[in-house]
Amino acid sequence: MTTAGPAPARTAPRLALRGISKRYGSVLANDSIELEVAPGEIHAILGENGAGKSTLMKIVYGVTEPDSGSIEWQGAAVDIRSPAQARRLGIAMVFQHFALFETLTVAENIALALDEPSPESQLAARIEEVSLRYGLPIDPQHVLHGMSVGERQRVEIVRCLLQRPSLLIMDEPTSVLTPQAVRVLFQTLRQLASEGVSILYISHKLDEIRELCDVATILRNGRVSGSAIPREESNASLARLMVGGELEECVLMPREAGEVRLALTGLTLPSSDPFGTSLSDINLGVRGGEIVGIAGVSGNGQKELVAAISGETLCAAAGAVRLCGIDAGRASPVRRRRLGLRFVPEERLGRGAVDEMSLADNSILTGADSGLVRHGMLQTRAARAFARATIDRFAVKCAGELALAESLSGGNLQKFIVGREIRLEPKVMLVAQPTWGVDVGAALVIRQALIDLRNAGVAVLVISEELEELFSICDRIAVIAGGRLSAAMPSSKWTAETVGLSMTGVFEAAGGSEPLVAGL
Amino acid sequence: MRIASSPLAALLMLLTGLVTLSALGKDPIAAFNVFFIEPFSSIYGIGELLLKATPLMLCALGLSLGYRANVWNIGAEGQLTIGAIAGSGVGLFYGGVLGSWALPVMLLAGILGGMAWAAIPALLRTRFNTSEIFVSLMLVYIAQLFLSYLVHGPWRDPAGQNFPQSQALADNALVPTLIEGARVTAGLWMALGLAALSWWFGSATAAGFRMRVSGMAPAAAAYAGISARGNIWLAMMIGGGAAGLAGLLEVAGPIGMLQPVISPGYGFTAIIVAFVGRLHPVGIVLGSLLMSALYLGGESAQIELQLPSSVSGVFQAALLFFLLAAELFIHFRLRRTRR
Repeated sequence: MTTAGPAPARTAPRLALRGISKRYGSVLANDSIELEVAPGEIHAILGENGAGKSTLMKIVYGVTEPDSGSIEWQGAAVDIRSPAQARRLGIAMVFQHFALFETLTVAENIALALDEPSPESQLAARIEEVSLRYGLPIDPQHVLHGMSVGERQRVEIVRCLLQRPSLLIMDEPTSVLTPQAVRVLFQTLRQLASEGVSILYISHKLDEIRELCDVATILRNGRVSGSAIPREESNASLARLMVGGELEECVLMPREAGEVRLALTGLTLPSSDPFGTSLSDINLGVRGGEIVGIAGVSGNGQKELVAAISGETLCAAAGAVRLCGIDAGRASPVRRRRLGLRFVPEERLGRGAVDEMSLADNSILTGADSGLVRHGMLQTRAARAFARATIDRFAVKCAGELALAESLSGGNLQKFIVGREIRLEPKVMLVAQPTWGVDVGAALVIRQALIDLRNAGVAVLVISEELEELFSICDRIAVIAGGRLSAAMPSSKWTAETVGLSMTGVFEAAGGSEPLVAGL
Repeated sequence: MRIASSPLAALLMLLTGLVTLSALGKDPIAAFNVFFIEPFSSIYGIGELLLKATPLMLCALGLSLGYRANVWNIGAEGQLTIGAIAGSGVGLFYGGVLGSWALPVMLLAGILGGMAWAAIPALLRTRFNTSEIFVSLMLVYIAQLFLSYLVHGPWRDPAGQNFPQSQALADNALVPTLIEGARVTAGLWMALGLAALSWWFGSATAAGFRMRVSGMAPAAAAYAGISARGNIWLAMMIGGGAAGLAGLLEVAGPIGMLQPVISPGYGFTAIIVAFVGRLHPVGIVLGSLLMSALYLGGESAQIELQLPSSVSGVFQAALLFFLLAAELFIHFRLRRTRR
């Protein structure tokens, strides 16, 4: 990359922000931000949740207007008043939260987002072409309903690329890709950059930023806390700029695992959703005192597997899921909770927590059996005390236990939900995407909490699309692909390459016991 | 802002009404007087206000618990009818035997009748995933035709000169009135009691909590293991029971017998009341008073201003229209776009 493109001539930058400030109530989200992005530059925006990255990107994309400061586009001052105007200028954005319609197909969703309508037949062909070229496989005729978060993100990326932007804003784009697919995406991004497209790359994955980005601007508490050439920095030095202090690493001390607490035996589950993934013959045992991770690209059966373990979907055979030695395949989520299962779902708002309810009320959601409901009556005071203790123990930033769940940032709500489940004393803990979109500091707290659980003898099953995370906290890792699960092997026996290969369904090459299935 | 939407809608409804009336050549001040002052200037008038508010309150309270849990029972009118039939049937045929127990047993029968009628859409929904909206609505017409059959046929009063009506209920089978010179009955206390009960149920009990969660976030309800089936049954039983009670209170109150029509659409109007009251018990109490006032104002406008009886329907519709519009504009902003 060092030699890529015409040397960034000191002509006008593609985008320049001068003294951008934005205040929300008492919070100064952006404080006199200065930023320049050269043509063909891949520019990282690094910062914890709440550092002001999202606000800044919203200003660039015309979603919000700054209180003061100016924006220059190709050297000329502009007022970006709406996303439509931003798109006309040539700015495209892949959001972290997707605005897609459930009942429409991929092609229809993309057609809606395009400013210039395109005939449907042509559009489908263009979608296929772009998705093929950039290694983002999606089917234009697929209906959004039933697609996983990862697949939805692909739709968003393809949608942006169809607009042929000259500035592409990407908000945490790699969290759903296999290592190999990340390679492909990076190649794409580099190719785009060499074609002169500037890229604003928001991420908290320091390795990726160091590998991909030419320049990094680091935000802390709404201010620019520094800028760096990421290739010349270490993870530690970047993290220091980001959090303003040293970061501890999670340590996984070797430990003897105990008895099997969660056992999946021949778990086969036809998908009720025509676009879902059917699970076929899944076998897995998770012992007390170990963390087992399931890696895989989203949409390969994770959603279905999680629902089958949590009890949101019932299995045909009671013995397919055993909790602490008891058949639970036909048991309701409440019964499974009574057997000691605690569960943190992938979706925080609307599943793990009710948006419009307070944190105290949200404690009752799963804490009903643990003293927050007695004789059919809500124990309001106990629920408030419970929520308060959770907030304190996991340093959840919020306005108190009566704050509505929707008022918390993603990372803080996740800390609350993980904390709630941990404080409900699990015997088996199931966690899906523990640190999705969570900042480095909160991710560390969550990972450490899971390790503490393991050290206390709990059986922990983590389903994550972040390999780095699985390698850092798991004793054993299994890979899910096409609804089948590889054998769970010690983390040390896997490499990023073998995991990546297994993600494509080739288990044998990775040393797994499953036979190779033709055509996968 | 959201709380303001109901008063705002009421105000806009009032303005529209007055403009409409003056367009029809009526003096708006006089019309306002006829509509909103005159009917309530006597004890009798106030009694009527409370009397008509009672069934609206009962039905709307029952429905609102379901609506908050995403269970859309819109057949309260039918449940009201069956409740009236069941309760008055007990009064007509066993009133003598039961003596002073007649009324309590009738109340119970009314509630059970409404529940039984609501059990049909609940069963079909939980067993076959049939829409409770359609089933409960269609059952309204079946209930009304059944009532019509009874009063034209087997239950017709033989001494009633062929009028399609049952015998009058005996004194021991009638709900006592509250004030001398007015028709409002003790049913009002039951409605207010239900309002207090539903507030308590919604905010303090685990069952009420589960219903709220199901309404606000179905995926969170599934995650927490809240039974969708249980909620549907509970919501339909509460809604049906309350409507059945309202029907019995009408027949064993101001009407005093079964006749082909026992409600001017209380069960449907209650849907508007539930939303005007923002599905909250206090709001519903106020909303049912407002809607009852519209009924009475419409009646007096009919007599004094020679307006058609549909005028109260127009007012009700305007209220719902403005309420929905206010909700829309609270959540969304109108923006000009260049094409």
